[in-house]
Amino acid sequence: MKRFYVAGLVLAIPITVALVMLLAPTRAKSDERRSQSTEIRVDNFTFAPATLTVSQNRTVTWVNKDDIPHVIASNDGLFKSQALDTDDKFSFTFTKPGTYAYYCSIHPKMQGKVVVQ
Amino acid sequence: MARRNHFDRKAGGLIERDHNHDGIDRRGFLKCMAWAGTGALCVIEGGVLKSYALGAEMNSGMKSHQSKGLSFVQISDSHMGFNKPANPDVVATLEAAVAKIKALPHPPEFVLHTGDITHLAKPQEFDMVDQILTKLNTEVFFVPGEHDILNDDGATFRERYAKKAKGQGWYSFDKNGVHFVGLVNVMNLKAGGLGSLGHEQIEWLEDDLHHLKSSTPIVVFAHIPLWTVYPEWGWGTDDSAQALSYLERFGSVTVLNGHIHQTMQKVEGHVTFHTACSTAFPQPAPGKADSPGPMKVPDDQLRKVLGITSVDFLQGRHALAITDSSLG
Repeated sequence: MKRFYVAGLVLAIPITVALVMLLAPTRAKSDERRSQSTEIRVDNFTFAPATLTVSQNRTVTWVNKDDIPHVIASNDGLFKSQALDTDDKFSFTFTKPGTYAYYCSIHPKMQGKVVVQ
Repeated sequence: MARRNHFDRKAGGLIERDHNHDGIDRRGFLKCMAWAGTGALCVIEGGVLKSYALGAEMNSGMKSHQSKGLSFVQISDSHMGFNKPANPDVVATLEAAVAKIKALPHPPEFVLHTGDITHLAKPQEFDMVDQILTKLNTEVFFVPGEHDILNDDGATFRERYAKKAKGQGWYSFDKNGVHFVGLVNVMNLKAGGLGSLGHEQIEWLEDDLHHLKSSTPIVVFAHIPLWTVYPEWGWGTDDSAQALSYLERFGSVTVLNGHIHQTMQKVEGHVTFHTACSTAFPQPAPGKADSPGPMKVPDDQLRKVLGITSVDFLQGRHALAITDSSLG
């Protein structure tokens, strides 16, 4: 029993190391994707970044940092938020690749784009 | 009718850009901000703007005519519900505006509110404004600002203030021989654009004005300026030129707007454009800040940059006297 146990340990360590080595890049890649910013700050009557590039199926969140409410609306009517007061957020998940232009429907000079790859 | 910019050189200090050195401000800015603090009277007669200090107006003999005409007051941008540092107490400043109106030597026959009644279009915000304005004991006419139509395309606004109005809330009425038109230019705004009246409303306006004699004084009121104040901040109305073309034949046209939270005036031909102060918070002069957001001023200065606008129509004189006065 003891020999099997030792042999098991001897085998288990390299297998674990191999598994970690195999999985590590995947996990790192996943972390990288998770840390990719999908937030758009609405501040001083501008969207930052003005153009945000994300991969497919990502959820983009707008957060209003102004003292004035804003309404996020896509130019083609795909999405429209309720009025966002200070610190309010609005999220939308982009399921298809493409370029999505949006604006603030009450301050239409404010414009931005989300590019989905 | 010749379209020209006119004003009295004596007004002094009001021209922002006079590239041709001919006394005409090509960009059309007459910065009246200072007037709000000092109290001044602008008289428009035959398209010529004259400016008097309030003390001078007392001696000008105009007072005796006012009782025969029509007096009304414009308030704007009360932003009920706003509670940020630029003014944590918009209830108190709206109440101060009401007190100011009640203290006027000639009580106004009615009051116009040129929009942004509320900050977030919440029923309790509308309720609070109604409660405060009831103390005026006079009729109040409203047009919506973009803050009043936020989540329901203006349904709440129309239900409260414009039940008999056409389309998205526009209407007209007559008082003492003056024709008043309330317009809506905060709906269906296009990406990258300015304020918008829309085809249906412009057609209605043409029809509404059609039967009037050219001698009828006209007052048009709407939230966003109907003249291009500063397009970079959206301070203008995309399709106002067509609407204004129907007003060209009239001898006296006064356009009253809000939205920009500061007084400005321009006279073009027989049309006087004027914007009123907010009762809630000031906004920066065009291009003088990163954005047109609320401007924080020292607490003891706040009421000096908030205000009301009184308008007196002098019957038989075709003159409208516009007076801005600050709350403090």
